[in-house]
Amino acid sequence: LVFFSLGPGAGQDVGRSCILVSIAGKNVMLDCGMHMGYNDDRRFPDFSYITQNGRLTDFLDCVIISHFHLDHCGALPYFSEMVGYDGPIYMTHPTKAICPILLEDYRKITVDKKGETNFFTSQMIKDCMKKVVAVHLHQTVQVDEELEIKAYYAGHVLGAAMFQIKVGCESVVYTGDYNMTPDRHLGAAWIDKCRPDLLISESTYATTIRDSKRCRERDFLKKVHETVERGGKVLIPVFALGRAQELCILLETFWERMNLKAPIYFSTGLTEKANHYYKLFITWTNQKIRKTFVQRNMFEFKHIKAFDRAFADNPGPMVVFATPGMLHAGQSLQIFRKWAGNEKNMVIMPGYCVQGTVGHKILSGQRKLEMEGRQILEVKMQVEYMSFSAHADAKGIMQLIRQAEPQNVLLVHGEAKKMEFLKQKIEQEFHVNCYMPANGETTTIFTNPSIPVDISLGLLKRETAIGLLPDVKKPKLMHGTLIMKDNSFRLVSPEQALKELGLAEHQLRFTCRVHIQDPRKEHETVLRVYNHLKAVLRDYSVQHLPDGSITVESILIQATAHSEDQGTKVLLVSWTYQDEELGSYLTSLLKKGLPQSTS
Amino acid sequence: FFQYCLSGHPTLPCNVLKFKSTTIMLDCGLDMTSTLNFLPLPLVQSPRLSKLPGWVLKDGSTFLDKELKECSGHVFVDSVPEFCLPETELLDLSTVDVILISNYHCMMALPYITEYTGFTGTVYATEPTVQIGRLLMEELVNSIERVPKAQSASMWKNKEVQRLLPAPLKDAVEVSMWRKCYTMPEVNAALSKIQMVGYSQKIELFGAVQVTPLSSGYALGSSNWIIQSHYEKVSYVSGSSLLTTHPQPMDQASLKNSDVLILTGLTQIPTANPDGMVGEFCSNLAMTVRNGGNVLVPCYPSGVIYDLLECLYQYIDSAGLSNVPFYFISPVANSSLEFSQIFAEWLCHNKQTKVYLPEPPFPHAELIQTNKLKHYPSIHGDFSNDFKQPCVVFTGHPSLRFGDVVHFMELWGKSSLNTVIFTEPDFSYLDALAPYQPLAMKCVYCPIDTRLNFIQVSKLLKEVQPLHVVCPEQYTQPPPTQSHRTDLMIDCQPPPMSYRRAEVLTLPYKRRYEKIEIMPELADSLVPLEIKPGISLATVSAVLHTKDNKHVLQLPPKPPQPPASKKRKRVSDDVPECKPLKPLLSGSIPVEQFVQTLEKHGFSDVKVEDTAKGHIVLLQEAETLIQIEEDSTHIICDNDEPLRVKLRDLVLKFLQKF
Repeated sequence: LVFFSLGPGAGQDVGRSCILVSIAGKNVMLDCGMHMGYNDDRRFPDFSYITQNGRLTDFLDCVIISHFHLDHCGALPYFSEMVGYDGPIYMTHPTKAICPILLEDYRKITVDKKGETNFFTSQMIKDCMKKVVAVHLHQTVQVDEELEIKAYYAGHVLGAAMFQIKVGCESVVYTGDYNMTPDRHLGAAWIDKCRPDLLISESTYATTIRDSKRCRERDFLKKVHETVERGGKVLIPVFALGRAQELCILLETFWERMNLKAPIYFSTGLTEKANHYYKLFITWTNQKIRKTFVQRNMFEFKHIKAFDRAFADNPGPMVVFATPGMLHAGQSLQIFRKWAGNEKNMVIMPGYCVQGTVGHKILSGQRKLEMEGRQILEVKMQVEYMSFSAHADAKGIMQLIRQAEPQNVLLVHGEAKKMEFLKQKIEQEFHVNCYMPANGETTTIFTNPSIPVDISLGLLKRETAIGLLPDVKKPKLMHGTLIMKDNSFRLVSPEQALKELGLAEHQLRFTCRVHIQDPRKEHETVLRVYNHLKAVLRDYSVQHLPDGSITVESILIQATAHSEDQGTKVLLVSWTYQDEELGSYLTSLLKKGLPQSTS
Repeated sequence: FFQYCLSGHPTLPCNVLKFKSTTIMLDCGLDMTSTLNFLPLPLVQSPRLSKLPGWVLKDGSTFLDKELKECSGHVFVDSVPEFCLPETELLDLSTVDVILISNYHCMMALPYITEYTGFTGTVYATEPTVQIGRLLMEELVNSIERVPKAQSASMWKNKEVQRLLPAPLKDAVEVSMWRKCYTMPEVNAALSKIQMVGYSQKIELFGAVQVTPLSSGYALGSSNWIIQSHYEKVSYVSGSSLLTTHPQPMDQASLKNSDVLILTGLTQIPTANPDGMVGEFCSNLAMTVRNGGNVLVPCYPSGVIYDLLECLYQYIDSAGLSNVPFYFISPVANSSLEFSQIFAEWLCHNKQTKVYLPEPPFPHAELIQTNKLKHYPSIHGDFSNDFKQPCVVFTGHPSLRFGDVVHFMELWGKSSLNTVIFTEPDFSYLDALAPYQPLAMKCVYCPIDTRLNFIQVSKLLKEVQPLHVVCPEQYTQPPPTQSHRTDLMIDCQPPPMSYRRAEVLTLPYKRRYEKIEIMPELADSLVPLEIKPGISLATVSAVLHTKDNKHVLQLPPKPPQPPASKKRKRVSDDVPECKPLKPLLSGSIPVEQFVQTLEKHGFSDVKVEDTAKGHIVLLQEAETLIQIEEDSTHIICDNDEPLRVKLRDLVLKFLQKF
């Protein structure tokens, strides 16, 4: 029985991910994201959904973080240090390395620059990270005796993972964000045929079936190139880790090939560090980069230099990668404000923007923005959206479902309308139930697991020996006794069950008198019976014993003379309850009398 | 359950386990001590080696003088060095389903197995094991192929001839099985059969067996393996370390509850303390350099060298060695140094923490940056321009028979200012030096073997408590040179089962159960009955399905309604087709209640007689008697089926079914 709840947020919105799953009595929180579109309490999930009274540590068996994006891990220090959770938090090594850096970066923007209070501190981030247990890909982590988790490669960003959560026979797979096509620096997500009861998949690009990667790249390069050629400036708001590295590799090779001179800058701070992480965690990148890293490190860029704030006012063309990616704060927003008024310039949004951010506003066509202090900013620069963020598109989601073969699918992290379309498609193609709960909605899914029991080898061998030649039409029945004691289930032969429980077998025997008209001598009658049975029961062992009795398997037949009537013989047919069918059949057979001719 | 032992070398094992229905090879070690019988392969023409006299038999016959050369009283084969392969005749190796590799030193025979035996299975190893194993193989192939040697000696291998040779050639085993080195295409083909796995990853084999690698603490990615079904567990411990060096610590807890623990790859130098050896290494190195001499360290391109460089990193400034160049020469030197920095997940906690900063986990990155450590693919090219003395050179191969080390032995051997420091424990240093004698250079033996010693083994065995221990015979007696040291052997109860090359062991198991799954529909149909407090029983009649070694019980199909046939049935049509199994019965019949029940069901003339063991119930009119005893009931009646069935059902009401 899987009971699934979407307590603290997420659902049909790309805002943040935070999901609660109850599976066979275990409670697991998947991701702990913050909403980047809010600046107030709404930015963090409301953890009182999880438990009204009582500590989170007692209620939750573990927390799993899929990757380092803040909409998946941004609320973690708030959750563990301010609300209070001391249990284990699982994430991959790269996520564990990078996550605290992004948290600290975001904290600085929020607290130091905007002066907000009621936010977590640097120390809280450190204390929170102490509770993190790093996991390897494909490692089976035993959270406790029953609960185990396993990470699969998800692509998307460095260290992103999908997680399988398993209790006994029941399992859930949570994808986090993933992409099914390898890009310039990461590989494609992969999962084995683990047949979970439930697959929880993101669906950011639920309806988009994106055009080929190459086309998008060419399009991107063309736009950048044209703008630079006409002397304009290109702003590319990115997150420090992830898409940024892919686009840098793309531009670096293009600049090299076209011999372009316009400077490319990367906003300072995280850059070098970021590239260093990629170097040290090169095993998480794609095949090609891993293979050649000894000869050439893809993350050492020749054309891309560190950005200084003063460069923004330099005349002439330039390309700037600046953080953060949704233009909601920091350097990218500062540069945007400087360049927005010039129609020669261009901003390229390479990823998704959540509602409420400047990025989202300009993408939805707004050209007059109200900035802090009631100031109106008129956007004259060109605004381009390029779907470079590494999420699976509809095709990719379908592909993952095909790989994992789940019993049920649940879509999260997407927009309701798009999800509805995908849900129909999934239900049509795979004939599985597909759910798409709204924020704060609870979904319950019933599973019907088979029950594993221990079967005694003696019984199994006996059965497999009988069924050496399995006949599909006539399946053999196996007979055993299931002993249920405490929580152990053992299937043993009935004899063993009796013995183990110290019980004696009670034998039930039947002896039937069958009268046969036959004037011959007893032994001749017996011979006739024997021949008759032998002819009818070809598949059975029919024997004529020296003492004058007949056995059919374990059934005994003896003949005596009738005390009063010499022409009648009495056959005593004797069998045990275990031979009931055959015994009963024999008596009715013999009752019909013997055939006239014994030939 | 059998174990086929294909290698007699305790630290380079190769065993095959027949476990349930699978055939699993554990490691694929290549015994390279055979190369000590060969002359070194010089990179540049060596007048000394080429002038060595041919060996002459006692009777003066010289027919072997082209193949065998004499040097300082030892006889060497003048040919491309050859390796002693694992046994290939003991069983058909094409039947091996999987090969499990425990560390990069134990996979060197892989190409011989995967490319020459008809092997079609899968090899499992961790990513660092594969990557570094590839580097070791590359170095090996490279150092042998770059010195082409036309001559291949085979005459001496003739049994009749070998008898006449001096020791150790006379006693060399299985010389007919010795093989030349494989080639790079063979290495690539072999490595392509490897599937990379992570620690604690559960890998299903044919549904019958699960194998899991566990961290063994010895080298980057080194693993012990658990081989288990639902009811048996074999632990394969090969090359484990409890010392804190660079790799992730050993996972001991997961080895608990083993039926059998196969123990190989213990330390080869049980009397030497690795920490003390590292200290001696540093002080000897410093002394030599201060006196203006050069230091040669014959080593593998990965492993202990990382620890040595780390020690030197901390040591050189305090020892005033900051200006002494350190050279690391190997075709894979650069790759090895680079690879060591990207396996953060496989490193000890301290090194992992560094990666989070992000800083390279090993300080040799800084040694390279500051130009203190330089690496070169070979002595040719850039190295000859940069080469400054006095210096410290790390290079292979530790056997001193091939690789760049041969050149430095020839170059520095004549001066007593220089020192060669042996740190790798795989080869006897005296044997390694034999073809270079007479030698003026100082020789220091500081073997660093971090693998388990016998004290650690006995602690480990107490901790994990396996039912049986299996180990190479060498571990069941003190070392031959120190026969009084009874502490240098495995001591456990019951005593370990030992094996030697080409032996087949039968492993002790007691297996009584197997896993089976009851499908939900069947589970719903079961009627559990509480027999004793806390114990319930349910009789199960079900159809057994077995597929891929997994057993499933399903609800029996409903008997199809026989189509109404107008044809007269033949007698034989009614014969019951398969023997339906009736449950066993248990309990006893209380006579009084039984009689009451009979009367309730219309038998008015019931008479009860007591007998010695029980009662006889008579139904006079029906001419039926029912003998009731403690453990049996016998119904004797006329052939009146409805009556019999009625009586049967009444009796069954008082009994429990099993």
